[in-house]
Amino acid sequence: MRRLSLRAVAIVYLLAILVGPLAIVFWRTFQDGLEPAWQALSNPDTVHAFKLTLIITAIAVPVNTVFGIVCGLAIVRRSFPGKGLLNAFIDLPLALSPVVVGLALFLLYGRDGWFGGWLDRHDIQFLFALPSMVVATIFVSLPFVAREVIPTLREIGDEQEQAAQTLGASGWQTFWRITLPSIRWAVIYGVILTTARCLGEYGAVAVVSGRLQGQTETATLRVQERYESFDLAGAYAISILLALIAILVLLAMTITRPREEPA
Amino acid sequence: MASLASDAARLAPPARVSRDRAGTALSLGFVTTFLTIMVVLPIAALIAASGEDGWSGFWDAVTSPGAVAALKLTLGASLIVSLINAVLGTITAWVLVRDDFRGKALMNSIIDLPFALPTIVAGLTLLALYGPRSPIGIEIAYTRVSIVLALMFVTLPFVVRTVQPVLQELDVEMEQAAKSLGASEAKTFRRVILPNILPGILSGVALAFAKAVGEFGSLVIITGNLPYKTEVSSVYIFGRIESGDNVAAAATATVLLVISFAVLLSIGVIRHFATRHEHA
Amino acid sequence: MSIHVLNVSKSFGAFAALDDISLEVEGGSLTALLGPSGSGKSTLLRIIAGLETPDTGEIQISGRDATALKPQKRNVGFVFQHYAAFKHMTVRDNIAFGLKVRKRPRAEIRRRVDELLRLVQLEAFGRRYPAQLSGGQRQRMALARALAPEPQVLLLDEPFGALDARVRAELREWLRRLHDEVHVTTVFVTHDQEEAMEVADQIAVLNQGRLEQVGTPSDLYDEPATEFVMRFVGDANAVDGVLVRPHDVELLFEPADGAVEVMVERVTILGWEAKVELADGDGGPLVAKLTRERLDELELERGQIVWVLPSRERVFA
Repeated sequence: MRRLSLRAVAIVYLLAILVGPLAIVFWRTFQDGLEPAWQALSNPDTVHAFKLTLIITAIAVPVNTVFGIVCGLAIVRRSFPGKGLLNAFIDLPLALSPVVVGLALFLLYGRDGWFGGWLDRHDIQFLFALPSMVVATIFVSLPFVAREVIPTLREIGDEQEQAAQTLGASGWQTFWRITLPSIRWAVIYGVILTTARCLGEYGAVAVVSGRLQGQTETATLRVQERYESFDLAGAYAISILLALIAILVLLAMTITRPREEPA
Repeated sequence: MASLASDAARLAPPARVSRDRAGTALSLGFVTTFLTIMVVLPIAALIAASGEDGWSGFWDAVTSPGAVAALKLTLGASLIVSLINAVLGTITAWVLVRDDFRGKALMNSIIDLPFALPTIVAGLTLLALYGPRSPIGIEIAYTRVSIVLALMFVTLPFVVRTVQPVLQELDVEMEQAAKSLGASEAKTFRRVILPNILPGILSGVALAFAKAVGEFGSLVIITGNLPYKTEVSSVYIFGRIESGDNVAAAATATVLLVISFAVLLSIGVIRHFATRHEHA
Repeated sequence: MSIHVLNVSKSFGAFAALDDISLEVEGGSLTALLGPSGSGKSTLLRIIAGLETPDTGEIQISGRDATALKPQKRNVGFVFQHYAAFKHMTVRDNIAFGLKVRKRPRAEIRRRVDELLRLVQLEAFGRRYPAQLSGGQRQRMALARALAPEPQVLLLDEPFGALDARVRAELREWLRRLHDEVHVTTVFVTHDQEEAMEVADQIAVLNQGRLEQVGTPSDLYDEPATEFVMRFVGDANAVDGVLVRPHDVELLFEPADGAVEVMVERVTILGWEAKVELADGDGGPLVAKLTRERLDELELERGQIVWVLPSRERVFA
């Protein structure tokens, strides 16, 4: 009896908060068929927004993947002082408000900021342009690969790498043939999480981009812009596409989720 | 997310550390340079900017009525949501681990939706169901309730995912021993299960709290951002940036920054506390 | 192919793992490093492999100073207690690894892998993954992998420690036969003195970072150099300040010169021998081992008083 009531609580909870709202949006969007949604999505500014989102993601994900792997290896396999501090800074993006992140970048690279003068002199447009949006996205999606790689590396231990050494493999050979393959699922899962975060980023990019329509709007910024322009249908259409991508991401996460392997 | 349970499992003796000093210097150099440029310097610039008008300027900005109202609202809502999560999240984790039914795998996957869905889309979807022209007649947009609702969406996975692995690795035999010694279901839960999953619950709550305090995207649409009514700190800061009031924005942001650091610290403490039984 | 360990010392922080160890391993021999946990035997093995560096001292392999060489350059094969199998590669790829890394031609690699699979009797398992093999099979694969690049020296770190008793016994024999066939200088670490006695030509006994004795199995058993060696390799009783093996005592029914008065506590039959547990006046336990024949002759009973006379004892300063 108690079992059923607990189950009911959980199901109602998830339906009310997650599934219900999403279902309504799907319904509302396709109420009048596919045509209006398609129209909204083919708007040139919307297409540009998606392109921008994809470009930013395509840059941020590899950068954070390399960082995550190098960082994970350094923390687990090497000894140096200040590991705790390093761990704290890696985790910080998870606990920090995106608006605070955007503001921090805004202040650092703005005209009066420490880097601002240098950028001005070299005529480099950082804020209100792609570079700042990429940097902001890198910041907020920084931890994911590292946080998956670190526990996996710890669990695996380094005996396979020692064996490779005794068999004559150089450092680089050991890394490519032994270390990397042994953590590949952790890396893949981390990459999926990173990608999801990059695609969904809103607050930090909203601050640094200036939200210039048709120029520095990402897909998520575009949703807000359409809503503010009273184009609810347009906002829904973009949201549906983002939601579909999210469901694909969920699928990928479920398939690649690291399982606790028995010894 | 690295779980507390796996933390305990990994207190096994560490593998040998590399003595290749050149490699250590190189990788460490790369990592610290990257982090300094990407994380440390922006944060430093933020703190510096908040102090531009001196301590009095900082204090004035942080105690201005708008900022205070926003902060009270933010902290209050985040606290409520964290407590709701503690209960509902634990129940959900319990159902996922201990119960078995068709569709459980689907339920397990859906939990991660808030990680995958952009926050702005989350806000919009909540508006569709609970806003004007709500199909079920619940219209709570532009109210304080909407804040709690949106925060519940974005923080839903946190407690569930921190409690799940702990529950999974919990030794069933401990409970069986308690029952064989005469403890009732409720007593067993309170005295055997709860103490063991408490660190998991607490760290999930801490993560949820941090996320809630800083949440922005999902609140922008559904709350209407009415100052003193439904304007949270992140929205307030955004407003100050748009008005060009950098000091006020930076000062309030620094307060949020401190809260974030405090939460990270408390999670570290919880982790240490949780694994103290494993220390020699 | 010989190994010379010259005055090697190694500490981990305040813990002295090895204290001035010097050891000679003849080319082509099978040597055991025997000792209890913490004796430093694994550390010594890893230093020979290059996986650890000594604080002081030198390692010479085949006459050349290898102390500064990284493991990659020493051409030593190493077998780990927990196999260290490359989990994401097949058995064939595992064995081929050392050759692939040296960029040998594919045909040569294939030939050598086939040869080794036959040697370790895993021909049918080439395409399997380590997870699909039993513990014993995994260790045989690990051995084949270590031998593939034709190392000068083969090092094994408690190679059978993770296996159950029967498999351990089988692999022990198998290692001995393998060595007879392949003749590569082999050093293996073990805490099991029976294993060392059965397999090795030469045994080096380590205790708390120091070398207690080096010799053949019979040297160690018959002429132990220290009390530790006598107690560790075989059993020993302390009788009146003197150490004597359970087999080397006589039980008498009358007092005699040099005999100690004891009471029979328990008689246990162990197949073809019998174990007699005795207690002397101070309560110190003594164990005597006799043949069943002798036991029947004596007709011992619980509580009986007899006298124990060491027929071959050793005294250590």
